[in-house]
Amino acid sequence: MNNFLFELKEGLAISLRAIRANKVRAVLTTLGIVIGIASVVLMSTAIKGIDNAFQKGVASLGSDNLYIDKWEWFNNDIPWWEMRNRRNLTLDEYKKYKDLAKLPIASAPTVWSNQTVKYRERTVEFIILQGTNDDYIKTTNLSFSEGRFFNEIESNGGREVVVLGSEVAKKLFPRGGALDQFVKIKGHKFKIVGVLSEQGSWVMGNFNPDNQAFLPIQNVFKYFQSENLRSVTFNVRAENSAMVEAVKEEAVGIMRRVRGLKYNEMNDFSINQQEALLKTINQTVGVIQIAGLFITGLSLFVGAIGIMNIMFVSVKERTREIGIRKAIGAKRRTILGQFISESAIICLIGGMIGLVIAIILSLVINQFLPTSVQADAFILAIVISIITGVLSGFAPAYMAAKLDPVEALRYE
Amino acid sequence: MNIINIEHIAKIYQVGSEEVHALRDVSLKIDKNEYVAIMGPSGSGKSTLMNILGCLDTPTKGLYDFKGTNVSQMNDNELASIRNKEIGFVFQTFNLLARSDALHNVELPLIYAGVSSSDRKEKARLALDHVGLTDRIHHRPNELSGGQRQRVAIARALVTSPAIILADEPTGNLDTKTGEDIMALFNEIYEQGNTIILVTHEEYIAEHAARIIRIRDGMIERDETVTKRYVPKKNGASKA
Repeated sequence: MNNFLFELKEGLAISLRAIRANKVRAVLTTLGIVIGIASVVLMSTAIKGIDNAFQKGVASLGSDNLYIDKWEWFNNDIPWWEMRNRRNLTLDEYKKYKDLAKLPIASAPTVWSNQTVKYRERTVEFIILQGTNDDYIKTTNLSFSEGRFFNEIESNGGREVVVLGSEVAKKLFPRGGALDQFVKIKGHKFKIVGVLSEQGSWVMGNFNPDNQAFLPIQNVFKYFQSENLRSVTFNVRAENSAMVEAVKEEAVGIMRRVRGLKYNEMNDFSINQQEALLKTINQTVGVIQIAGLFITGLSLFVGAIGIMNIMFVSVKERTREIGIRKAIGAKRRTILGQFISESAIICLIGGMIGLVIAIILSLVINQFLPTSVQADAFILAIVISIITGVLSGFAPAYMAAKLDPVEALRYE
Repeated sequence: MNIINIEHIAKIYQVGSEEVHALRDVSLKIDKNEYVAIMGPSGSGKSTLMNILGCLDTPTKGLYDFKGTNVSQMNDNELASIRNKEIGFVFQTFNLLARSDALHNVELPLIYAGVSSSDRKEKARLALDHVGLTDRIHHRPNELSGGQRQRVAIARALVTSPAIILADEPTGNLDTKTGEDIMALFNEIYEQGNTIILVTHEEYIAEHAARIIRIRDGMIERDETVTKRYVPKKNGASKA
């Protein structure tokens, strides 16, 4: 064991000497590994960031929620034209559902409309305007930076009030003070009663509540579009995830009754769940993960080939040196160890530089995608670079180790 | 006691479809504290013989007994260990590591022998003292003259206290004066009780030895004791 440690220590010392003697070449060689490790680390962090963003986005929907809709969101078996031919869900049906449903802790109708919101000379174009009622807030986890959601009276009375998502408020009121101001939507004035704090995640795009505005559902029908244009979606919240199945079963029963379906007729509505979304997202992220790591793995592979190539050149160039070392008593495994540790050290240095670059770049990326290089990325970078070094150094080192000392000494 | 005992060795190389007999049938014995010169024209087989004597190569046929051990059938690693402990090489082209200073060059065999860092620095310093390079230990080969480089090589050969010093044309790359100084150093080493095998094709270099073995066509042509050995003067040796 002591002997092994001694050889390891001396081997490393010899390798470091050789690397220092060929600084320029070592730096150039490392470049491939630097890029390889940097991209592997960045890619794995970015993927983690994307995944987190998705999970956060999904979580903002709430895991205890059901969405009764004309459309099945993640549809695998119902043909789209069949869903298109379904009758729209209406606000009336929502009211009937609400009266009959005993299990949900809250439910709210939603209908959306694409509208431009103006405040004086500022406009935010084509945001999703959600028409809903006061119960909507109970079906979500939304929180407020100022004000409140519209209340039952405002909702039932169809008052001209609006709640803005944080992004929308920021664009219209860059210096704050949105509360109690009036915005214009399609020429109609709405009073701001609340501004949401930042909720969601960029992956949700326009479906991110940050990019939306909320107002009583009657107003949507009154000012923006007819009641038949779009189907109403019922947001239903169960008390907890254990209750979700029961709420779902109850909902199917009630909806069949409300819609007057006969026993032999298929459901002409769908009950959607976050779970399905999660499944789809996990699949997508999985594909991104595999593709991303494969592509960055390729760049690392190219770097490894570069190292191998330069090590072969190095062995060739230092044939005489190897001859000298063997003549004065270096064993095969000593030479093998020397060249393998040389390539491992070069790769490790490259890996560390790549890691630093990845950390710097991730700070830049962090502006768009919340992500940071985690401890496991450090370990990943170190382990991968050492393994790369050992693997790509092995063949050249083996060639060096089995050189015949007589011929190596004669080599010019 | 014989350090080297070679019996009927032959070395055959396969070059393409042809067999080349570099050594045909060579037998010889070398005792402790002998000073032997091996002479012969190029192509005579003297390099092959030197490689075998130096355990860099093994004979195709025959027996090589080195200090009572049969080394003719040893594998690479066993030979490396013998070379490390028992043989000190001095080459015509010095064969120093270009990017290492004199001290590290001399230390190298001790590294492979597993000597601890402080011990080997001490030993390497002593060896460099011995060859008169006390003030040059941190110079690299390219900062040293030819003679000084060869002294570093000699210090490297001596540092493990080997059974034999094997010098292959040690003055071949040096001018006459410097060569003479190196030969004086070898003489000194010989007089201290070491065994030296000198390979050369120069008559006047060979005459420094006490015994000359002449090789021709892979055979020993003559093996003679030198009656009037040329003993170089020691003057100016340290200035080589």
